[in-house]
Amino acid sequence: MDLDPLMLSRIQFAFTISFHILFPAFTIGLACWIVALEALWLRGGAIYRSLSEFWTKIFAISFGMGVVSGIVMTYQFGTNWSVFADATGFVLGPLIQYEVVTAFFLEAAFLGILLFGRDRVPKGIHFTAAFLVALGTVISAFWILSANSWMHTPAGAELGEDGRFRVSDWWEVVFNPSFPYRFSHMVTAAFLTTGFVVAGISAWFLLKYRHVEHARIGLGMSLGLITVLAPLQIVLGDLHGLNTLEHQPTKVAAMEGHWEGGAGAPLILFALPDMEAETNHWEVGIPELSSLILTHSLTGEVPGLLDVPAEERPYVPLIFWTFRIMVGLGLLMLVIAVTHVVLRLRGRLYEATWFHRLLVVTTPIGFVAIIAGWITTEVGRQPWIVYGLLPTADGVTPSLTGAAALVSLVTFLVVYALIFTAGTYYIVRLLQLGPKPPSHYLEPQAAQVAGRPMRPMSKTVESFEPGD
Amino acid sequence: MDWQDLTLIWTGICAFAVFMYVLMDGFDLGLGILFPFAPTDRDRDIMMNSVAPIWDFNETWLILGGAGLFAAFPVAYVVLLPAFYLPLLVMLVALIFRGVAFEFRFKAGASRHLWDTSFNLGSLVATFSQGVVLGAFIQGIAVEGRQYAGGMFDWLSLFSILCGVALVAGYGLLGATWLIWRSEGALQDWARAMSKRFLVAVLLFVLVVSAWTPLVNADIRARWFEWPNIALLSPVPIVTALVAYGLWRAVETGREVRPFALGMVLFLLSYLGLAISLWPNIIPPDVTIWDAASPPESQMFLLVGMVFLIPVVLVYTVYSYWVFRGKVSAEGFYH
Repeated sequence: MDLDPLMLSRIQFAFTISFHILFPAFTIGLACWIVALEALWLRGGAIYRSLSEFWTKIFAISFGMGVVSGIVMTYQFGTNWSVFADATGFVLGPLIQYEVVTAFFLEAAFLGILLFGRDRVPKGIHFTAAFLVALGTVISAFWILSANSWMHTPAGAELGEDGRFRVSDWWEVVFNPSFPYRFSHMVTAAFLTTGFVVAGISAWFLLKYRHVEHARIGLGMSLGLITVLAPLQIVLGDLHGLNTLEHQPTKVAAMEGHWEGGAGAPLILFALPDMEAETNHWEVGIPELSSLILTHSLTGEVPGLLDVPAEERPYVPLIFWTFRIMVGLGLLMLVIAVTHVVLRLRGRLYEATWFHRLLVVTTPIGFVAIIAGWITTEVGRQPWIVYGLLPTADGVTPSLTGAAALVSLVTFLVVYALIFTAGTYYIVRLLQLGPKPPSHYLEPQAAQVAGRPMRPMSKTVESFEPGD
Repeated sequence: MDWQDLTLIWTGICAFAVFMYVLMDGFDLGLGILFPFAPTDRDRDIMMNSVAPIWDFNETWLILGGAGLFAAFPVAYVVLLPAFYLPLLVMLVALIFRGVAFEFRFKAGASRHLWDTSFNLGSLVATFSQGVVLGAFIQGIAVEGRQYAGGMFDWLSLFSILCGVALVAGYGLLGATWLIWRSEGALQDWARAMSKRFLVAVLLFVLVVSAWTPLVNADIRARWFEWPNIALLSPVPIVTALVAYGLWRAVETGREVRPFALGMVLFLLSYLGLAISLWPNIIPPDVTIWDAASPPESQMFLLVGMVFLIPVVLVYTVYSYWVFRGKVSAEGFYH
């Protein structure tokens, strides 16, 4: 068998980055949610501390897996993509380095205090630690998305005679044309991901009549967030798409499944794109709608895949379908947001068990949407590693042998499968244990006065707990 | 400031980052190496607790080292990483098992021993591969243009294996002396005994590696043994011997902090010795820091940030260590 180090390296990168992104996608939102709970705890209310500690444990496991899988990424640029690293080192190196010193150290130093320091530092410092960890996660997203966006829209640097990019304007590099869109789209996606996890777990507790008070707070807060962010995300996604249309028209053509561009293009809902025949099979579309969405005019011109030579086209079926998965899930998020508003206005949010079941099912949709979206944008960049300037095929390490690349790929597959299984198992166990009762955190005296844990809505709660 | 000076500053920053990594992850990898030999399960809890709040922070220096090379000396990053493809793969996988053990072990029930093993083997193998990489680095790397030109197994030699074992002893010493500082009673006595054994091993390895290095690398031989260098550099081995003696005495006389401090000094001296050997090369035998450095606009852009950020990072390092000061119990910082 002929082992191709290029293909193996691409598979390895795709696999390790997809695995890695799950954790930051979750921890960015979770860190902010913990800050909100800690802020509420500062103002009193042991229930918030109990919730915060519950989610902090889950945060710790996810963050740990994010750290160890992230280190692999830092090294992989060099081990497998040394020509790419050589060409872009002057540009991307400093961005990654800034991520380390502004974000990673901040997160790592204050994570220790957040996890283990509650009894060792004053309340205010503990809150500050939670805040700084959350800030670190967002700063980290800022730098890495700046670096990634630069690979899509390389501005502020010129490719020199020696095959290396030299920076002429750092501002243009950092705030390259696709960065603001990608950053806001991704951070919102991360918040939505966490929102759906918190909503799903809270709904699950409600269905099981367990930790009802915690679950109501979790459900109320997460659905409130989803209601604001789900529609916002669709607007941001649209803006991001328009930006892509401007800078990477071929990618948009692949997302839309348009072989022939031109005026009055249909919005294709279903199709099986065929790369060899350069056409779609089984196409179902709505006439002129794509032109309307992309150009805000029924007769607007849209790009087509046939505009560029076959070797400059990315693999269309994958982009076409992952894009539809992402958009479909985004619309489902919107439906859930609207349903939530209706139920809340009718005062039935905490009783509608069918809705809670739906939320349990949709717990992972944020993760799926994020992976699908990243596949769309990254596969859509092909065949370029730096769009329009450096082909992916030229970026791979020349000394790398197919056998070595296979060994590393298989190793990462096996190790990540093991770690992921174990991590998921421990997270599920933590979820089954659930949060501690709020009375656990009251001062002994206060606990006596309060008698049983605070129950502002004890009537409904008791009807939920038959054995209580 | 001209580019020559900037490159020197960046050499200093990267050297500092790598050294910080070696010291800080050194002692918690060292604890992992000592782990299975600890007298009781309770002692293992204490050992793990003593670094649970800080390990992640310590490991971040490794990312700083990697990213620092990529940013300031991209040629070194581009050449060294492919050259060490397999040992780095092993190191990364070992660090994964070591890292998740911190999170999983305390949550595990029956499978706890699995994570004990994961922590121990992860630490041991990560350390060994770092040592192998160091040894292979000293031997020299084949470079063509700005790319690695050797094979996938060039790193493998008796010398690099020896360096791997030597680093295991070195990190073990750091781990044991750290434990003297942070534990008490029977565990502390055990840590003292371990410190002595590992010190002897370290001295043996330092001797062998120091004698062998000039043999594998002719430039290093010239650097140390030609007149007047031999006279000018003679304080390095002499001070090393004195520090080693001081460390032994400190363990004997029941000092608590001093063994760890002197252990770090011992590492600093070895590191200094290495720097003297290699200067001004960043990839032995003949790629210098200036050959590998970024252009001034990249160095300046980063330096502006580093001047503020590195001191800030150090301040909250100190704060974080201070929060978790004192002796550690089996219950640790979990409540």
